[in-house]
Amino acid sequence: MLDRPSLATLTLTVNGTGHQVAARPFASLADTLREGLGLTGTKIGCDAGDCGACTVLIDGEQACACLVSTAQAEGRAVTTIEAAHPLVDRLRAAFLAHGAAQCGICTPGMIMAATDLLSRNAAPTKQDIEDGIGGVLCRCTGYVKIIEAIQDVARGANAFAPVAEAGCAVGTRIARADGLPKVQGTDRFGADFAPADALWLRAVRSPHAKARFTLGDLDAFRAAHPGLEAILAAKDIPGENSFGIFPTIKDQPVLAPGFVRYRGEAVLALVGTREAVEGVRDADLPIQWVIDTPLIGVEAGLAPGAPPLHPNIPDNVLTRGYLECGDVAEGHLLGAATAEGRFRTGFVEHAYIEPEAGYAVRIGDRVEVTACTQAAVMDQEEVARVVGVPMAQVRIVPTACGGGFGGKLDVSVQPLIAAAAWLLKRPVRIVYSRTESMASTTKRHPSKIHARMSADAEGRFTAYEMTGDFNTGAYASWGPTVANRVPVHATGPYKVPHVLNKTRAVHTNEVPAGAFRGFGVPQAAIAGETLIDDLAESLNIDRWAIRRINAIDHGDATPTGQILHASAGLPQCLDAVKADYDAMVAAADAHNAKGGRIVRGVGVACMWYGCGNTSMSNPSRMRITLTRDGRLTFLNGAVDIGQGSSTVLLQIAADALGLPTTQFDFVVGDTDRTYDAGKTSASRQTFVSGNASKLAGMDLRAKILALANAGPQAKLKLDGATLSVIDGDASRTIDLAALVADDQGIVLAGEGQYDPPTTVLDAKGQGIPYATYGFAAQVAEVEIDRLLGTIRVKRIVAAHDVGRAINPTLTEGQIHGGIAQGLGLALMEEYLPGRTENLHDYLIPTAGDMPEIAIHLIEDTEPEGPFGAKGVGEPALVATAPAILGAIRHAVGVRMTEVPVLPHKLWEAMQAKGMQAKEAAE
Amino acid sequence: MRYFRPTTLAEALEIRASHDVTVLAGGTDVYPVRTARRAWGDPTHKDVLDISAVPGLKGITEETDRWRLGALTTWTELARAELPALFDGYAQAACDVGGVQVQNLGTLAGNIVTASPAGDGIPNLMALDAQVELVSRAGTRTLPYAAFATGYRQTALKADEIVTAILVPKLDGARSTFLKLGARKYLVISIAMVSVVVATDAAGRISTARIAVGACSAVAQRLGTLEAELVGVPLEEASSVVTAAHLGDLQPIDDVRATAAYRLAAAEALVRDALSDLAATDARRAA
Ligand SMILES: Cc1cc2nc3c(=O)[nH]c(=O)nc-3n(C[C@H](O)[C@H](O)[C@H](O)COP(=O)(O)OP(=O)(O)OC[C@H]3O[C@@H](n4cnc5c(N)ncnc54)[C@H](O)[C@@H]3O)c2cc1C
Ligand code: FES
Ligand code: FES
Repeated sequence: MLDRPSLATLTLTVNGTGHQVAARPFASLADTLREGLGLTGTKIGCDAGDCGACTVLIDGEQACACLVSTAQAEGRAVTTIEAAHPLVDRLRAAFLAHGAAQCGICTPGMIMAATDLLSRNAAPTKQDIEDGIGGVLCRCTGYVKIIEAIQDVARGANAFAPVAEAGCAVGTRIARADGLPKVQGTDRFGADFAPADALWLRAVRSPHAKARFTLGDLDAFRAAHPGLEAILAAKDIPGENSFGIFPTIKDQPVLAPGFVRYRGEAVLALVGTREAVEGVRDADLPIQWVIDTPLIGVEAGLAPGAPPLHPNIPDNVLTRGYLECGDVAEGHLLGAATAEGRFRTGFVEHAYIEPEAGYAVRIGDRVEVTACTQAAVMDQEEVARVVGVPMAQVRIVPTACGGGFGGKLDVSVQPLIAAAAWLLKRPVRIVYSRTESMASTTKRHPSKIHARMSADAEGRFTAYEMTGDFNTGAYASWGPTVANRVPVHATGPYKVPHVLNKTRAVHTNEVPAGAFRGFGVPQAAIAGETLIDDLAESLNIDRWAIRRINAIDHGDATPTGQILHASAGLPQCLDAVKADYDAMVAAADAHNAKGGRIVRGVGVACMWYGCGNTSMSNPSRMRITLTRDGRLTFLNGAVDIGQGSSTVLLQIAADALGLPTTQFDFVVGDTDRTYDAGKTSASRQTFVSGNASKLAGMDLRAKILALANAGPQAKLKLDGATLSVIDGDASRTIDLAALVADDQGIVLAGEGQYDPPTTVLDAKGQGIPYATYGFAAQVAEVEIDRLLGTIRVKRIVAAHDVGRAINPTLTEGQIHGGIAQGLGLALMEEYLPGRTENLHDYLIPTAGDMPEIAIHLIEDTEPEGPFGAKGVGEPALVATAPAILGAIRHAVGVRMTEVPVLPHKLWEAMQAKGMQAKEAAE
Repeated sequence: MRYFRPTTLAEALEIRASHDVTVLAGGTDVYPVRTARRAWGDPTHKDVLDISAVPGLKGITEETDRWRLGALTTWTELARAELPALFDGYAQAACDVGGVQVQNLGTLAGNIVTASPAGDGIPNLMALDAQVELVSRAGTRTLPYAAFATGYRQTALKADEIVTAILVPKLDGARSTFLKLGARKYLVISIAMVSVVVATDAAGRISTARIAVGACSAVAQRLGTLEAELVGVPLEEASSVVTAAHLGDLQPIDDVRATAAYRLAAAEALVRDALSDLAATDARRAA
């Protein structure tokens, strides 16, 4: 026992069973459970104690399995999510019923933490629950439904989600179709499985933001390191060594070709046994660096004479966005008041709890990539390009995705493992570390916005004008999308006759900024909503009232000249929060009148968000098949990243067809088996893929009805291979086994395709960029310690026009999660390369940071949407930060123009204001 | 890399003396450090001396004039222990460290050997006038905490020594409190923190005050001048004695978490709050 050899046979007791396992004694318990025993229900989100995804019970007490050595776990009782345990079972059921698992990557850790809590404290308060799960981070749910699920179990309630009958799925709170494996710990994420003989790949990344390098004798290095099968460099990439979101901007290398443009860029790929690739010290590799001064921040990128990052972009301006309507100078003149401000936001990290992972296999002249992603077909294109084969030779099989929020739209691991598997003809797997994920993958664009806004004496907006510079980092990624989406949305959801919005996406030697829930709109909303509060103050109009006066409504034109004919529910959203807003303002004013150190404030903000890609075709195509043995399969190419598209689309398809959701099998995202549904982004899946799903269901239904010669009101019943069509006297049954089948046994199939109607924007940004928009109004109440500058968000009232809530539980979950991310953006999150590139220093909200949330779902039906629905994924986040900033201002009278408002930032702003007041008094 | 897991203290000390090892207790600092190094391509690690199987290093025991806190005592064990009010602050810190799954692993000695300026245990040990018991093959020595902590992440621990216990002298009628300031609720590194131990005489006047501030200098510091001025002051008036000058010796830094000026102002507010809280607790107990 004294001196353990480096690889020993250790005995672990897991879930009551003894296991002999060969492991290194210093390997973490989490690693040994996963890689040694195949118990992959225990997740690794950070490998450093910061996320709690690896929480297990050791002798009945919760512990991070990533912080315990395997040797220390010997002789102790380890309990994991895989356990058969009555309390765990009840938690599983409650999590499922409440929608407490979205992506599900945090769920095993949450359930284990809750098991520990409830076995120690059978009647916990809400505070006890927060304390008990406070060490497990969830990026999707905002913790609300998790806490409700735990409360239910503590109460002894039996939580069951309703099961919808045929034709009644839309609008019902059914449990997630993919939820059971998530609560059982059996869902398979990118790092959870790979062929047993897979080699490992580790990327060697640049520690410098800008440098040139030369490579020495890599072959000699490899030969000296047994277990290393290959060291790949730029020259080894079989196809094009480049990728990028836009077909015309493939600017990012898979492996850097002799120079790097940001810290974290991949330089080499080590392929071999896990021990070999992890054992290499980067400093020992023959890489000679010549370090250069990087361009940090948009000012540096735009400075005259700044060296261009890309030779074809001499001024480092990747794209310009532009919108003009009316005459903005004229508009300002019409105003009785004008407000102006300069605003700044930083890099924000998606912080999904699952770092990127997956594996690739070469099968003959095809390569198959199984990895977490938000965009299977885009991955297929990129991999085909990098490997140098036609798309048909690439198959993408999405794994469960442990959160995405835009960060898994771009390829990350895929080109690396595909190229390696192709070249070595061996399966190759990869698992990013937390820091690697944070340092190398995309972020929210830092923004620098200057805006002016005018309103007449009645408070009617007359002009809005903004210029925004967005730091897109070293590579384009989604920079053009941000630059184009912002001008359209920057005014906010208001009637503004004169508008001039200009944006630029600027290259710097920083991490690429890409897509992140809202594509620049959250940043723009901070500027716009603050100016509205300014105008309200100058004109002495209530902050809610000025928004209501200007709220865009049915029949109004947007700044792009689009008339909103339907589903423009902002006025209803504002009306829904009015009573709460008034009561909260009155309560805060009364509280503050008493004086004291803790002050309260209330803020209100609105948002809108166009569903789907800006002025671009973004079609989706869905298929439903019925086999001769009665198997009904929904072939759905839309990846579910936790937001629930697999469930929502199923509800839509099921109702369109007229059979219950429980009778469907489903296949998600596999590019060999499903059509292109487009990417899971831009809040488009419910709307765009929802329409395609509905059409597919209707198509299959029409074929069945035609076969039965039945009328449109007929009811369907599927029982084994017998399909009954019930239509009064015309009822009949179809024996599926008797129908002609194709080579896969399919006897009937329905297909649907949908592309939202949009038009190209002209040179002035005029046109129809989106078929429909989501709207919201949120009210935030904060409590501030005036001495410490600490801010506690107490309550958020959120009204969202979602057209139709296909599954209200999932819709609420999106709103809760969006609010949590908005709160993080406002108060704590900032990614600083090299400084906050782990979850210890990069702070996201914990269970104890969330406000009480009340939601009003407004259903202003979208006639173009499936059953009236539109998207909610991104809208949820946009209004939160500006509402919180408004509340801070109401409480302490300072107008914060930079986020995050960390305690010291607020304190300094309050000091400055105090000084000014003092000077003014003297 | 070798991994030693001795089951006697003598063996552990033997290995400690003869090998260049990383001591491993609860692992809550050792593993994150390993992960951070690996993230930028340094997989090397010293041999490991896992002391968690060494008997006699766990648990809290009462001795004649002091309390003995075994090195391997976890935060959770501290928080659950039945201890006099003198330990209220330290026990509060135990509940503020990370989340429960870190509190169940992390040890009291590990926290002081890591010696992070943001270590939550540290100002408490200063205010408790704690001593650190260090053992090597050569014998046992005891250092006051202030002598043990020598600088930013530096201690007087010698390469052949192991911390075996933290020793806290009894103080009649004393109670304590701890306040931590961070940018979120759980899993948060302190921006500033304060630990206060006070004892009062029959008339409610302060007879002993020990106040330490953490995260505002490389090593947490006691506020000696303030402590001296507080003697004889009624506890309920103590917070009004505090001035910015009492914190003048602190040398906080600017970093991603806060600025130096803010840290100083916050620490001052926290010292006042801690004194008021203690007075309020007294008032509540009296009522
Ligand atoms: C997510 C997370 C959050 C955290 N939050 C906080 C926080 O809020 N506040 C805070 O103060 N800390 C925090 N910590 C740090 C940590 O939990 C504590 O410092 C802990 O007490 C260290 O104890 P350990 O037993 O885990 O130490 P280990 O990791 O085992 O060891 C830490 C160091 O001490 C040495 N060592 C340990 N025991 C001995 C001994 N008996 N003799 C000699 N050397 C020894 C080790 O060699 C190592 O250098 C956090 C850690 C994590 C992972
Ligand atoms: S993986 Fe263990 S805490 Fe994150
Ligand atoms: S559901 Fe918690 S992280 Fe996704």
